[in-house]
Amino acid sequence: MRRRTFLGAVALTLALSGAALAQETVKIGLILPMTGPFASTGRQIEAAVKLYMQQQGDTVAGKKIQLIVKDDTGVADVTKRLAQELIVNDKISVLAGFGLTPLALAPAPLATQAKVPAVVMAAATATTTEASPFIVRTSFTLPQATVPMADWASQNGIKKVVTLVSDYGPGIDAEKAFTGAFTGKGGQVENLRVPLANPDFSPFLQKVADAKPDALFVFVPSGIGAQFMKQFVERGLDKSGVKLIGPGDVTDDDILNGMGDVALGAITTQHYSTAHDSPENKAFVEAFKKANNNMRPNFMAVGGYDGMHLIYEGLKKTNGQGGQALIDAMKGMSWTSPRGPVSIDPQTRDIIQNIYVRKVERRDGELYNVEFATIPNVKDPVKATKAN
Amino acid sequence: MLTILFDGIAYGMLLFVLACGLAVTLGLMNFVNLAHGAFAMAGGYVTAVLMNRIGVPFLATLPLAFIVPAILGLVLERTLYKRLYSRSHLDQVLFSIGLVFMAVAAVDYSFGSQQQLIQLPTWLQGRIDILGVQVGLYRSFIIVICGALVVALQLILTKTRFGSRLRAAVDDPRVARGLGINVSLIFATTFAFGSGLAGLGGALGAEILGLDPTFPLKFMIYFLIVVTVGGTTSITGPFLASLLLGIADVAGKYYVPSVGAFVIYTLMIVVLVLRPQGLFERAR
Repeated sequence: MRRRTFLGAVALTLALSGAALAQETVKIGLILPMTGPFASTGRQIEAAVKLYMQQQGDTVAGKKIQLIVKDDTGVADVTKRLAQELIVNDKISVLAGFGLTPLALAPAPLATQAKVPAVVMAAATATTTEASPFIVRTSFTLPQATVPMADWASQNGIKKVVTLVSDYGPGIDAEKAFTGAFTGKGGQVENLRVPLANPDFSPFLQKVADAKPDALFVFVPSGIGAQFMKQFVERGLDKSGVKLIGPGDVTDDDILNGMGDVALGAITTQHYSTAHDSPENKAFVEAFKKANNNMRPNFMAVGGYDGMHLIYEGLKKTNGQGGQALIDAMKGMSWTSPRGPVSIDPQTRDIIQNIYVRKVERRDGELYNVEFATIPNVKDPVKATKAN
Repeated sequence: MLTILFDGIAYGMLLFVLACGLAVTLGLMNFVNLAHGAFAMAGGYVTAVLMNRIGVPFLATLPLAFIVPAILGLVLERTLYKRLYSRSHLDQVLFSIGLVFMAVAAVDYSFGSQQQLIQLPTWLQGRIDILGVQVGLYRSFIIVICGALVVALQLILTKTRFGSRLRAAVDDPRVARGLGINVSLIFATTFAFGSGLAGLGGALGAEILGLDPTFPLKFMIYFLIVVTVGGTTSITGPFLASLLLGIADVAGKYYVPSVGAFVIYTLMIVVLVLRPQGLFERAR
């Protein structure tokens, strides 16, 4: 009798495990800088991705979604090694994450070879999506956020601008995009480049003060942004009538509130602000803060959230199939994101989205980038000029 | 022009407070302590955490930014550093660089990798006009504090009994011990004091230099340049070297921004070629 129960139990267990095996899993390899100087990017994206999975459940098209998070510490060859391990050993269907441009470029050949779609959730250099036909992007491109700034400036009586950028890839990208667009509209630009490891901005800011421009265009990595803002105000540049403008990295929502009043009045263009006024965003911000100890979602988080949405919707369309079918399904997809309406350009696999002009203001005791103008459906200008 | 000079002096003063602790341990105790920046970072975090989490006013955090790293330095000196005094410089370098990495990882783990921001009191913000020169209030504050520190340090080292004991203990520990000087106590105090100064420098510099877990690595080069250019046997050497480097750095970046970042290194190379023993030191 006892033996029969035992056999029965074994049979039952086998049957159950058989059922579990029948329900296939789709694995997503999320590679992010979770430690090191760019850890805040990783933290934001991971939190957003987990939030999305928690809200939408972990089953899509009858398949179980399994998320594997790996830390590349912000070093490109580590990203590449991790991507290889994920593809070969874990047999993942989708790669995602990529905090910086070099980190997205390194594994691009692997994505092409293995036919694994790679969803770029952060890296913002324009050319990234050209590295592989399997790369699709849900963040933004720096020129996409910068060119509208030049348009806004020239329409608002700003004639002379000094640009101040950190001397590295994205900084030079921003400088070129702005200078090109602004001089094209008859503006006058003077360029300054600051070494990336630069503790003190005072000599550069003094140079700006002497040049007496209408506005100072700035792009520095977001952590240094606070430092920069403080010295900008300390030097009295805000009072002498120099407007501070730039792509939104300098007023990153994650740290904006800690910057204090020095950030007030800065005008930036970007695709996402925590203060974006829409029901989708209100729900997103509320859920994100609740799940993450009141941390504010920034533009990185929304890139992760939308990236996950793109993967889920793509899988629904292909019925859980990966590879070429999945990347084809993603092309041309459009939805309403917390940042507003977005779509994936079928030609370039890059995101098309609204760019907002925002001003830092104090609301309910906290600092926010408050949007006051919208430029709808902006395509990446670099690839757009190539296509024409 | 004068504004640039002023900014350069303030920056140099800050470099001095950060580096003078290193000049003390490296020059006086002949110990290569690359972990110096970690103590500076500790001071910065003491200030940032006290201000942001508990709401202590900025000035009140400064003594603590000195005391906490000093105690930390004392504990580490008694437990770890003292075993390495008699070892080769390579061992000391390897040990202290290891300590730096541990400090970076520990801070990253406990406070996160983001920049720590502090809010200065309003009376330290902004700038005023003195005889047509625009002067930042906070930078003047740094100059005053650092000026006082230089005088105090110089007096302690040259005029007090402790100073002469310390110099004796460094020159020949065995004879000093024979004369009844408690060498290990003197070393421990000096080390703690040097660490405390670093902490104070980190707290003062948090506003201008920024503060994140990679701080000790980012500024290690600056400390070392100050000490190599200034020489290590006195306080005045590193002090004048800091001023020189601060002014050269700021002026270089202002007048020739395209090569500004290299001015400080060029200066170091020139000094070391002309006077390998350091700028303000007699040849041995």
